[in-house]
Amino acid sequence: MKLVDHFQYGLNSPICLTWELTYACNLACVHCLSSSGRRDPRELTTAEAKAVIDELQRMQVFYINIGGGEPTVRPDFWELLDYAIAHDVGVKFSTNGVKLDKARAAQLAATDYVDIQISMDGATPEVNDYVRGPGSFDTAITALENLAEAGFEKPKISVVMTRENVDQLDEFKAIADKYGAQLRITRLRPSGRGADVWDELHPTQAQQKQLYDWLVAHGDQVLTGDSFFHLSAYGDALPGLNLCGAGRVVCLIDPVGDVYACPFAIHENFLAGNVRDEGGFKEVWEHSELFTELRQPQTGGACASCDFFDSCQGGCMAAKFFTGLPLDGPDPECVRGFGEQMLADRDDETVIPKSDVDHSRSAPRNSRAPKQPTMLSLAPPPRRPDRACDESPLAGFSPTAEQVPAPVAGS
Amino acid sequence: MSTKAVDTTVPSTSSDGAAGSFDPAAPYRISESVSLRPEPFGALVYDFVTRKLSFLKTPELVEVVKGLEHHPDARAAVEAAGVPEAQHEAYLKALAGLLRSGTIVAR
Repeated sequence: MKLVDHFQYGLNSPICLTWELTYACNLACVHCLSSSGRRDPRELTTAEAKAVIDELQRMQVFYINIGGGEPTVRPDFWELLDYAIAHDVGVKFSTNGVKLDKARAAQLAATDYVDIQISMDGATPEVNDYVRGPGSFDTAITALENLAEAGFEKPKISVVMTRENVDQLDEFKAIADKYGAQLRITRLRPSGRGADVWDELHPTQAQQKQLYDWLVAHGDQVLTGDSFFHLSAYGDALPGLNLCGAGRVVCLIDPVGDVYACPFAIHENFLAGNVRDEGGFKEVWEHSELFTELRQPQTGGACASCDFFDSCQGGCMAAKFFTGLPLDGPDPECVRGFGEQMLADRDDETVIPKSDVDHSRSAPRNSRAPKQPTMLSLAPPPRRPDRACDESPLAGFSPTAEQVPAPVAGS
Repeated sequence: MSTKAVDTTVPSTSSDGAAGSFDPAAPYRISESVSLRPEPFGALVYDFVTRKLSFLKTPELVEVVKGLEHHPDARAAVEAAGVPEAQHEAYLKALAGLLRSGTIVAR
């Protein structure tokens, strides 16, 4: 069995775990995957968060991606960061940069085993602030300047690719080079508030090809979190893991301890359990009904007969779900156009699922209560965004490029 | 601060001088900065210094790697792990790769 096949049946512990520490955010990005804004009163306490870290250490989860909300606005963020690192759980955190002043930058430069990802969704203030809110471009640049000045090596600049910024790829690369950073680009998903703006912001078919060509030319210098594997059907497979890792090698712990199959799937259908339940995170990971189901062999459904199924695997589960497409059908951004066709075929009968978790400041309080859809206004450029709208499942795992030569033939 | 990020995709295979070349008749052990996590296919390897993730793709290879420190040389560790003789060379080659990547070190 190939390694990738093993991955499909699930691992003893996740490889890529995203932990959103808070729903609170100083920004209100229009495409926020977790509909963040307000803090949730039920968020894990410092003691509970430390207990989760202890458990991750026991499960040998060697590093985690921390996001939010804006994680650094949690008053105990720095304490939890140090606690995780001291317990052999390395941290990469995503931030809009709001707290990265000179003093924090110096502190972080002196901390081993931490990675920082600054979110930026436009290479110019006009494009960025349209999505992430006024002033957010300058905040990100200031954070990058502070990190560079403090000698923090190679932070990441994380960009969600949209219709507005595909043309700026070279400019993003130039910004990364200027600050000694590494560029990371990920896919816009119709998750959280992203569902409200996906139609107008997701790259056009022509832009998808443009993006693919750019990745083929520059892919070795750019991280993608493997989020563009659906584009592999254009030609050569892009490097990385061609597999949806949800519930198999990937999962999300949200601020109130709910465990979801992936960061882009905050919806009750993908809720596996809660770290506060008996048995904690380990029990959820190992025995939850949802994860057990996701680890069963999957059929390709309508896509199985497609010549490109091996490279795209039907694409992203969350992207299909939140656009109302069947999970065993094509990705809405299928490069052969089948997804587009299915989107066009949707009618009034089509149910487009909406997350029942919403902490947007524009939303009613009490996230899980009233079940009716929340109308978000997307018209006016948002005043504030979020950070980790780009958390990637399977950040950069490359089982096709392992260090270890296969020791056994025909395994 | 390490320059290697957790989401770096391309594992370095550079063989710097420190690692030296692999000798089946020499003694080795797992690097102190490396942890092994048991998995159905074998083990996940994580190096806390280079922050690289890699994989041992068979349970037998995991046994070999864990056994290195208890045996006088690499070949003895391969034999003791019950690897079929026809595959000994393949396993020794895998160990040479692990030495280059820093997963195992000379002792």
